[in-house]
Amino acid sequence: MLSMTLKRLAIALPSLVGVVIVTFVLTRALPGDPAAYFAGPAATKEAIEQIRSRLGLDRPLPLQFVRYVSDLARGDLGVSLTTGQPVAAEIRTRLPASAELTLLGLIVSMSIAVPLGILAATTPGSFIDHACRVLTTAGVSLPVFFTGLILVYVFYYLLGWAPAPLGRLDIFFSAPPQVTGFYLIDSAIAGDGAVLLASLKQLILPALTLAIFSLAPIARMTRASMLAVLASDFVRTARASGLAPFTVIVTYAFRNAMLPVVTTLGMVFSFLLGANVLVEKVFAWPGIGSYAVEALIASDFAPVQGFVLTMAIMYVALNLLIDLLYGLIDPRVRLEA
Amino acid sequence: MTDIAAGKPQAHATGLVATISHIRYVLGDNRVTAFAFGLFVLIVLAALFGPLIVPYDALASNTSVALRPPSLSHWFGTDQLGRDVFSRVIVATRLDLLIAIASVALVFLMGGLAGVAAGFFGGWTDRIVGRIADTIMAFPLFVLAMGIVAALGNTVQNIVLATAIVNFPLYARVARAEANVRREAGFVQAARLSGNGEWRILLGHILPNIMPIMIVQMSLTMGYAILNAAGLSFIGLGVRPPTPEWGIMVAEGAAFMVSGEWWIAFFPGLALMVAVFCFNLLGDGLRDIVDPQRRT
Amino acid sequence: MNRKSSRRSFLKSTSAVAAAAALPAPAVWSPAKAQARQETILAVTEYGPNNFDIHGVGTNRPGYEVSWNCYDRLMSHAKKTLPDGSSSYDRDTFIPELAEEWNLTDTSVTFKLRKDARFHDGTAITARDVKWSFDRAVTVGGFPTFQMKAGSLEKPEQFVVVDDRTLRVDFIRKDNLTMPDLAVIVPAVYHSELVKKSATDKDPWGLEYTKTNIAGGGAYKVTRWQAGTEVVFERNEDWKSGPLPKAKRIVWRQVPSAGNRRALMERGDADISFDLPNKDFAELKQTGKVNVVTNLIGNGIGYIGMNCKNPPFNNVKVRQAVAYAIPYQKIMDAVLFGLAGPMYGGTRGHTQVAWPQPHPYTTDMARAKALMTEAGYAEGFETTLSFDLGFAVVNEPLCVLVQESLAQIGIKVTINKVPGSNWRAELLKKEMPLISNFFSGWLDYPEYFFFWCYHGQNAVFNTMSYQDKDMDALIDAARKAAAEGDTAAYQTSVKGFVDKSFAEVPRIPLFQPTLSAALQKNISGYTYWFHRQLDYRSLVKA
Repeated sequence: MLSMTLKRLAIALPSLVGVVIVTFVLTRALPGDPAAYFAGPAATKEAIEQIRSRLGLDRPLPLQFVRYVSDLARGDLGVSLTTGQPVAAEIRTRLPASAELTLLGLIVSMSIAVPLGILAATTPGSFIDHACRVLTTAGVSLPVFFTGLILVYVFYYLLGWAPAPLGRLDIFFSAPPQVTGFYLIDSAIAGDGAVLLASLKQLILPALTLAIFSLAPIARMTRASMLAVLASDFVRTARASGLAPFTVIVTYAFRNAMLPVVTTLGMVFSFLLGANVLVEKVFAWPGIGSYAVEALIASDFAPVQGFVLTMAIMYVALNLLIDLLYGLIDPRVRLEA
Repeated sequence: MTDIAAGKPQAHATGLVATISHIRYVLGDNRVTAFAFGLFVLIVLAALFGPLIVPYDALASNTSVALRPPSLSHWFGTDQLGRDVFSRVIVATRLDLLIAIASVALVFLMGGLAGVAAGFFGGWTDRIVGRIADTIMAFPLFVLAMGIVAALGNTVQNIVLATAIVNFPLYARVARAEANVRREAGFVQAARLSGNGEWRILLGHILPNIMPIMIVQMSLTMGYAILNAAGLSFIGLGVRPPTPEWGIMVAEGAAFMVSGEWWIAFFPGLALMVAVFCFNLLGDGLRDIVDPQRRT
Repeated sequence: MNRKSSRRSFLKSTSAVAAAAALPAPAVWSPAKAQARQETILAVTEYGPNNFDIHGVGTNRPGYEVSWNCYDRLMSHAKKTLPDGSSSYDRDTFIPELAEEWNLTDTSVTFKLRKDARFHDGTAITARDVKWSFDRAVTVGGFPTFQMKAGSLEKPEQFVVVDDRTLRVDFIRKDNLTMPDLAVIVPAVYHSELVKKSATDKDPWGLEYTKTNIAGGGAYKVTRWQAGTEVVFERNEDWKSGPLPKAKRIVWRQVPSAGNRRALMERGDADISFDLPNKDFAELKQTGKVNVVTNLIGNGIGYIGMNCKNPPFNNVKVRQAVAYAIPYQKIMDAVLFGLAGPMYGGTRGHTQVAWPQPHPYTTDMARAKALMTEAGYAEGFETTLSFDLGFAVVNEPLCVLVQESLAQIGIKVTINKVPGSNWRAELLKKEMPLISNFFSGWLDYPEYFFFWCYHGQNAVFNTMSYQDKDMDALIDAARKAAAEGDTAAYQTSVKGFVDKSFAEVPRIPLFQPTLSAALQKNISGYTYWFHRQLDYRSLVKA
């Protein structure tokens, strides 16, 4: 087990190095001039040059890169120009916000997509099957920012059911004491029902937006793996033994079909964390996605680099975790590895 | 949002007649695919003839009729400068379709060929292509696309390029897997025995053989390409004004949503959805045609 | 669950989820919460501060707002009621803030500080703190130093501590902008001992510390800051430099989407919103659900600038042709929704001693074409019109209209969106042929505007690189006359440079923009300030 983990890490390392280099080059190619930005509205050319050398931007790129990497080795991700805060600290406070939203979106999505997928698999080729396919495809065909806007318009503006799209909590609540950074969990730990409810209400629309977008892959995977399992010998045996169809589907087929679905979930999670970028912008969500967009538009190097690196590490870690879990659940996989 | 599962060796029904009858069978059997195909024809027609048939000049402003709701004279209403939303939505079809097709073609050239070479030659080629794909996959993809467009400048070419790069791993992996299982296949052995060089086998035998699967992949990524371009437009990295493009129209219209002028964002958003929807369904349908066993 | 969700259409099932979760929401506030809401003013804007210190490197506008409310200056401006009933700062009347009185002579001004003024930590404010703060402003470089210079405040030696409570500012030249410049945001008073503790060799003025900490004695303290999300201010109960503000707590949330900000206002969830698009303000005004206060921005102009260094815009006839080809009224109606002062269609020969004022051009395609022919460009030419993407709401439709109009006189325009981060760098290069831009000066004097925007010194705000000896002479003469109090000479020079700027049109003024604020009906006390940010001190929530 340990040797497999190490081997996987060794394979992932070059990717991470690649990510660091590409991000560095890409951010330096952004059109903005941080020195001109820093120097203020009335700066002369000399003043800007002064600032440039103070920020170390007049040095050749390789030297800047060495400095960046040595900072990185010390865990220093630099300071954002636009917010004036250390990037590492901001990512620490913003990552839970994104993760909570994405996870809830995924849970909502699963609770809709998995039943849909099973339903479709039990009646392949039927009207229900087609309807499921059309429905989930429609979900993935909607641009997330558009879905978000429409949900806000209908549920907040027209109907007044949803709270204002103002981030994680209504203004008159304060955040629960930080344990996990997930407001739902933290407020439950603190036993504060009001905050729990308030943060849940803030989460619903953005989570729903993400859920609609992620229905398709989960429903498809569920359907495919259910189909495969339903066609397998042991299900046929169970059926032949006269078990009720419902029992067969739920106890026999479903359990076995879940394995590939769980693997897909990992991919969908990291994909959603990226799709978050636009959803966060619409809902003023203080996550890392919106942070990265703002920074990129402002040619603010440090947060972009920090964000990309964080996401890359998470991606690698998540994949590793899934592989290991998969190995634990299904011994055959380990044998093959 | 396509599945990345590697393919298994398939014996394809060959012969034109068989294929056509299979297509007819699938279309007849699967109304959804038939519907998607109909939509696709409509979209292509709009892209080809849109500018000729629209009632108004998509670029001409007329501030005296600004922000009018949908009516008989303006089916989809008018925008802030009094431009006809219907005309703009139709005219935009060409550009959006072009972005999608170009990016898909480009990624096929880059990812598809790299993947086929990796799968066929193995060894170092495989390792290098694999590393590149892994590295790209480790990026948050949308932010990578944003970064590329922001760094290179927001032109149509760069949007196409960014979308292609972001899709690279998908194509490389599918093509690699498909080429890998065929490297020792009978027809390859035969070609080798008759004295063909490796590159010739790769381009002349393997590539045509995996084309159907790549075409399915392309149809499925078309939708994603359009969404990606729209997302870039939404955050201000889209095409130059006043060019009509769905994503940028939604972005502009978003500001008008709350004040009740829903039509400015809604109709381009709808067009966007219909197009992506169509490509996704079509991709599914094509997969049924090419590879009936893998229908999901 | 399975069966149900399959029968319904998907949208219905999602709306059911949303509804179910939203239903238990109690519409009633608990008494404690109602109390908190009563004492709290909630402001929503697009951006938040990146730095609390206006002396800092790269501090943004929202940062100025923090500085304005959390630090004191020696003087401030009195308020006046404008003809439309709204309240504005009074450019010409100064009132005591940290100083209780001052004595102005030809060569210096001497300030007497309040006895009871204290910093937030309780330390008494002394003249040494004031001197240290002013020294800091003139030496630290960048924007603060530049702004101090605008009022001839350039060297630390100018600031003399007479005793604990007395500070003298010596003039290096007579400049009628010195006093106004001492009442802008930059000459704030810092707790010198506190900041010095955090100073290092690399950072002798402690800029790192004041970036995230308030070291002042102003009317509000920052109690919570989450960058990019919210800033919470509490009233300083011991504030002595003016009447105690009414609002106990200010919560300032950043809401990136303008649509959301408007929705928050309309539904009564937010108390004040500032930077909404003009269209929203115009409509909010009409529906009357909230109060909308609109003020013209003093010394501010939205304009089309043309690069006078390079062809074809180095030809005055081409510039005039463009000025005749601008669709002024369309821009006014469709882009600005009437919320701006028109800067076109003035009467020739009736130039006022004022700025901004309308120029004599109107939309006249025939004349524009004739001028193009005279200039030798009957066939037209191709060029690029650039704008700052950060201000796309106004700029994008505006540039599309200009593009369409210029096409009629043969000028083929490509629109170039420049990301906000790069705009300043591009302006500095002075190579963009045609731009849409906005400038406003804090100090509301015509010669101040012209000195920065038209003078041959070619400051960054002279975005057209316009250089003309006669223009420089007129501007310098006006500055001199203003300092010496020579009214007649001043009037002649101002009229002179305004006329010249109209005749040669290096930049075409399009409109005088407005600053609007949407306020719930129970909010009063909003005042327009030259810095175009909120002053919390006067706000009242009924």
